[in-house]
Amino acid sequence: MAERIVGIDLGTTNSLLAFMQGDTPAVIPNEDGLNLLPSVVALDRNNQPVIGNAARNALIETPERAVYSIKRLMGRGVGDIQEELKLFPFRLAEDMQPEEVLRIKLGDKTFTPPEISALILRQLKRSAERFFGGPVTKAVITVPAYFNDAQRQATKDAGRIAGLDVLRLVNEPTAASLAYGLDKKQNGIVAVYDLGGGTFDISILKLHDGIFEVIATNGDTHLGGDDIDNLLITIALDDIRGDLGLDLRRNAEAVQAIRKAVIDAKIALSSQPSVKLDIELPAGKRYQREITREQYEQLIQPIIDRTVGPCKQAMKDASLKPEQIDEVVLVGGSTRIPKVRALVKELFQREPHTDLNPDEVVALGAAVQANILGGGSEATENMLLLDVTPLSLGIEVAGGVTDKIILRNSTIPASATQFYTTQIDGQANVAIHVLQGERELAKDCRSLARFDLKGIPGMAAGIPRVEVKFLIDANGILHVSAREQRSGKEAEIQVQPSYGLTDEQVEGMILDSFDNAEEDFRRRQLIEARNEAQTILAALEKAKKNSAWGQLTTDEKKQIAKMEKALVAVNTEDDYQAIRKAIDALNQGTMRLAELMMDTAVSSALKGKNMDEADMGEGPTAPHPMAKAEFE
Amino acid sequence: MTLARSKCEETEVTTKSPLTEIRSKPLPADTHTCWSCGSMRAAHFCDSCGKVQPPVPVDYFTFFGLPPKLKIDVPALEKSFYELSRKLHPDLNARAGSQEQEWSMEQSSLLNDAYRTLKDPIKRTAYLLHSEGVELEEQSKSATEQARATGEAKKQIVPPDLLEEVFELNMQLEELRMNKKAGEDDPSLAKEISGHKVTLEAKHDALLQELQKYWTDWDSLIERNHGSKAPAEERANITAKMVDVLNRRNYIRNLLRDVNAALES
Repeated sequence: MAERIVGIDLGTTNSLLAFMQGDTPAVIPNEDGLNLLPSVVALDRNNQPVIGNAARNALIETPERAVYSIKRLMGRGVGDIQEELKLFPFRLAEDMQPEEVLRIKLGDKTFTPPEISALILRQLKRSAERFFGGPVTKAVITVPAYFNDAQRQATKDAGRIAGLDVLRLVNEPTAASLAYGLDKKQNGIVAVYDLGGGTFDISILKLHDGIFEVIATNGDTHLGGDDIDNLLITIALDDIRGDLGLDLRRNAEAVQAIRKAVIDAKIALSSQPSVKLDIELPAGKRYQREITREQYEQLIQPIIDRTVGPCKQAMKDASLKPEQIDEVVLVGGSTRIPKVRALVKELFQREPHTDLNPDEVVALGAAVQANILGGGSEATENMLLLDVTPLSLGIEVAGGVTDKIILRNSTIPASATQFYTTQIDGQANVAIHVLQGERELAKDCRSLARFDLKGIPGMAAGIPRVEVKFLIDANGILHVSAREQRSGKEAEIQVQPSYGLTDEQVEGMILDSFDNAEEDFRRRQLIEARNEAQTILAALEKAKKNSAWGQLTTDEKKQIAKMEKALVAVNTEDDYQAIRKAIDALNQGTMRLAELMMDTAVSSALKGKNMDEADMGEGPTAPHPMAKAEFE
Repeated sequence: MTLARSKCEETEVTTKSPLTEIRSKPLPADTHTCWSCGSMRAAHFCDSCGKVQPPVPVDYFTFFGLPPKLKIDVPALEKSFYELSRKLHPDLNARAGSQEQEWSMEQSSLLNDAYRTLKDPIKRTAYLLHSEGVELEEQSKSATEQARATGEAKKQIVPPDLLEEVFELNMQLEELRMNKKAGEDDPSLAKEISGHKVTLEAKHDALLQELQKYWTDWDSLIERNHGSKAPAEERANITAKMVDVLNRRNYIRNLLRDVNAALES
């Protein structure tokens, strides 16, 4: 059986799970039967995590115990989220240090963004396990193409914490193009415009006989439907303050109620000319207002205009004019907004494709990539993704200037080698500051990490020649290795990720949640085995009334009785493997009984009776399919 | 051609990819057999079992099995890039052992780096110059140092044929910036600057043509010497001309960047 590698779209607003079923990728529904899992996490009264729709209710009832849009905080430090904090009800731990990984408060507990994302991933993992009836440990997870190294690393950490081996991080627009290309199987230049809940990406790809080569990518990791929501919330709060004299800005419940109402209004305005907002407020007051589509479009224009710059830059980087682009594909829920579609049409001078569900296409593409990584199938034969790094990688040199060593839009994996030497006799360490971004000055780029090259053999200043190799892997994540060339000694590298968790921290987080997951899974296996045991025992009871039973020898009957007793005995214990063994034994032992029953059935049929009347029973005659998993 | 032995050569001759072309450098002797199945193999993956091989430090031309010539059939290079990607990319080796996965990542990054460099005419030339031991930056650096030592103005920085134009343009740019600071708008000045921009862009493009002339010189030198190293003097002669073209081109490119910034701000 092919390896079960699932594709996961870990979205700002919703997350999804998909798997390649035969020739087509399909979304695996959640526990509640729905495809979309809202990316909301809350703690219930017993401090147990609740995820998805259940948590969405908590958002309104107990907002201090819930969190949404956590993707905005992945891989970021306190310094870069000040704007976010004004707009989102993220509650930071009081004792946060500036250089520390963020910690978010849910009730009186704190969680890092990767841990919160891991809870969402674990929920999806469980849905997958329910679907397959067995453990799922490998996944492809999508990230915005414009995610930097720290944001990617944080996503990978979240996977590890959730007990998933993240085989690949795939860029969202690229994943979408895979799902799109699977259908079309054609060559040409495709632009993918991906405006989601919190991020915007534009990627331009060249499709050539199954090779999906990204030529240029650009974007904004803090631009999406969230920004529209926040704008509408701000307007409503201002209105309420002005008209009703109510300042609700600090009232978390009321803000969440308003948020829900404006989101509904936003969605309605994609298909209606106007909507009426009618929100019940504290102190028996109501906020009522009509918004026309025209007003709405004027309001959001500045937000959606922010996608123009990245699109133009991507075309410039790809050395392409709009007329050279063959197809434009829309991805992300925010592309349902007619004004966004009109903007894309104007930018690329053609009607964009809307035939794929913009909410699901990324997850479907992730499933395609998962299939390729798992060895491929007929449908994905010859398909290969060649993606790029969205941002230039640089090193800080004298004067605080960025020396770019891997340029943006370089196909990954990509590498660069730099040579370093010492400035003082006997100097053993050299510090390297790695940056990501397009700006000239180091202070304007994002600090990825500071590396200390240690253990350089004692030599006169300027003599050592330390070769440092920077390699961006296929996930877009940086690896560094160093060697002193004169002594051939590997220099030791100490990495201080600027805004990330250390390996030890991730390790610590994995253990508890992984242990739980294992326990959960064992419990499910036990339930499954017990169900199967019940089924086979019931079938045996029935078979004893069949005429075939009489044809067995006394010895055979004795044997079966013994095995039946053994199964009944182990079925009250907690060892699922013992139960399985007993089931297998009984299955083996009743083989002849099953054959005899089959003969009886056939001869009855020949005598004119139909098979139903012949009563084959339902148990040991048929091979036991994996019992339908009935968890909890 | 040092791989003129057994299996590998047969495969290379029968396929029509650029890999059949002459290798410019011999591969180290211990890399001729596949680590996995022991058969003879091509440079990056085994022809018999398809396994990725440990990367061997080679130059970018050799990586693609090309001689170090500057005129390159770019569509053929692209084809070769796609073919090799299908063998070396980590996605297609995701189920291999961890050592193979690491080789796949290294080989694939080498392939990507090599393709990115060779497909671009300027990057390709700069790469060749670099491997010939000529550093573009060093040229201007040494010029700076020399100028500092002699106390004279830095020579060679403004290409002589541009002296007059650059002088005028710089005055105009300064004026434009002053105007902008004062909040004034002078359409005729902007028009004059745009005129210079067009001239400079034409010169920028013409320099690529000039560069290609030296490519021809270089390539015939390589051909004349049938893969063995051409005399240093002859090589240096041609590379010096290419360095000159690239320096002039860089100068114009930087100037154009300033002009665009001034016009857009």
